[in-house]
Amino acid sequence: MRRLLNARPRGGGRLLLGLLPIAILVLLYLVASQARHAENPRDKILPTPAAMAESMQIMALQRDPRTGEIPLVADTKASLTRLGIAVGAAAATTLVLGLSIGLLPYARAGLGPLVATISVIPPIAVLPILFIVFGLGETSKIVLIFVGIAPFMVRDLASHVAAIPEEQIVKAQTLGASTWLVALQVALPQAMPRLIDSVRFSLGPAWVFLISAEAIASDVGLGYRIFLVRRYLAMDIILPYVAWISLLAVIIDLALLTWSRTAFRWAHAPGGRR
Amino acid sequence: MTPVLSFRNVWVEYGDHVVLEKVSLDVAPGAFVSIVGPSGAGKSTFLRLALGQEAPSRGEILLDGAPIPAEPGPDRGVVFQRYSVFPHMTVLQNVMFGARCDQAPLTGLLIGSARRKAKAEAMAILDQVGLAASVKVFPRALSGGMQQRLAIAQALITRPRILLLDEPFGALDPGVRLDMHELITGLWREHGLTILMVTHDIKEAFKLGTRVIAVDKRRHDPHAPHRYGSTAVYDFPLDDKMKTAIPKEIAALTGATEA
Repeated sequence: MRRLLNARPRGGGRLLLGLLPIAILVLLYLVASQARHAENPRDKILPTPAAMAESMQIMALQRDPRTGEIPLVADTKASLTRLGIAVGAAAATTLVLGLSIGLLPYARAGLGPLVATISVIPPIAVLPILFIVFGLGETSKIVLIFVGIAPFMVRDLASHVAAIPEEQIVKAQTLGASTWLVALQVALPQAMPRLIDSVRFSLGPAWVFLISAEAIASDVGLGYRIFLVRRYLAMDIILPYVAWISLLAVIIDLALLTWSRTAFRWAHAPGGRR
Repeated sequence: MTPVLSFRNVWVEYGDHVVLEKVSLDVAPGAFVSIVGPSGAGKSTFLRLALGQEAPSRGEILLDGAPIPAEPGPDRGVVFQRYSVFPHMTVLQNVMFGARCDQAPLTGLLIGSARRKAKAEAMAILDQVGLAASVKVFPRALSGGMQQRLAIAQALITRPRILLLDEPFGALDPGVRLDMHELITGLWREHGLTILMVTHDIKEAFKLGTRVIAVDKRRHDPHAPHRYGSTAVYDFPLDDKMKTAIPKEIAALTGATEA
């Protein structure tokens, strides 16, 4: 008898196995929803798929008479813009600081302790400060996401760059590379796949900070909408919105992974234990 | 003739811990010097000193009669046992890196005729080391021996005054090692290289070198093992006859098991 450790699902079986728990969860929801509606046809806690579809049609197809915009589109645009600017700025900062701290002993001595200190501050705790300093507009939301993810990303990239074998750095110097060229041609290309990975991992926390900030002070955005309709127990809007946010997250993650695989082919070993 | 590399009364000490003491050594142009010695005797410290990764506590190191710069530079090429090629560059890009640093110090990118010229040079060296067929692959796809061939080709492109080899064949299979011996001997003759090689394989040291230097402690205090440092205890200039028989003193020093 083969050990369980060594038994591997193959091909279609694997796909089926992955879909099974999801199917069970969906089925459980449908059964529970059905049961609640049998008792009370106006139940709001577990809306039926039909009710969700109907509400989402209003959110996704009809213009809000007050703003003249389609709510789902406006919310998505606002949230993704905030997320994009914040994550982009965090990635750019990480690249500059991570490479410097990883490569240059002086930068490590000067900036290392500062980054380490900032990274232990709980970001949500500084949100009031951000609101006071930057006001309730876009800036404070973007800065919250930035402060939430950048310190971790900088530390991760710096330690990755510092782990490039000494031999490579010495070899580059014996080939005539200056500090600048070592950074540009040796460290930067090897840092990029790690930076992309780091962005992928940071997107989870980034969404949390985005939705928190939008919930507290905003007039548009996916997080704002969820917390707004919560007052009316509108699960028929909240659930599809959560699904939409998750779908966006998956799409962004896949796009980053695909970019890393195509642009940095050397970093992705074929095979290996998955 | 001015020696390419000379150590003048060099000491390396960390506090009370003496690693090398009183080392004086001249490497003549065109020499292939092998350095052997037991583990921990400070063989690799020689290379770190020559590279400028480390500075001597006393004494001086000269390259072509002038004090060596205190950091690695293109006048001294190096091949390490591992990790000396760039995993994110193809074989050709790895070899062209030296030319790119030399001619494009701002971007590291070559265009037009400079690129064509550098590529032709790189291709010529890759052909010599037997890698002409795999210029477009990444180092990960190469075997250990192939990666070392690449590391050597990469180091040769800048025409260093001296080539430093740090256990270059230590991680290779015996058969591959023999091929590499042939390769490095051929390149040494053809390019008129001056080579300083550190190895723990004494047969290799005698087979390849024109001169073998054994590094060990001359004095030993069992109560204070770090009190005395290593120095060159034997220095054999080899003619062809010597190459077949390893002197007894050296065989005893480095241990028959390693041979």
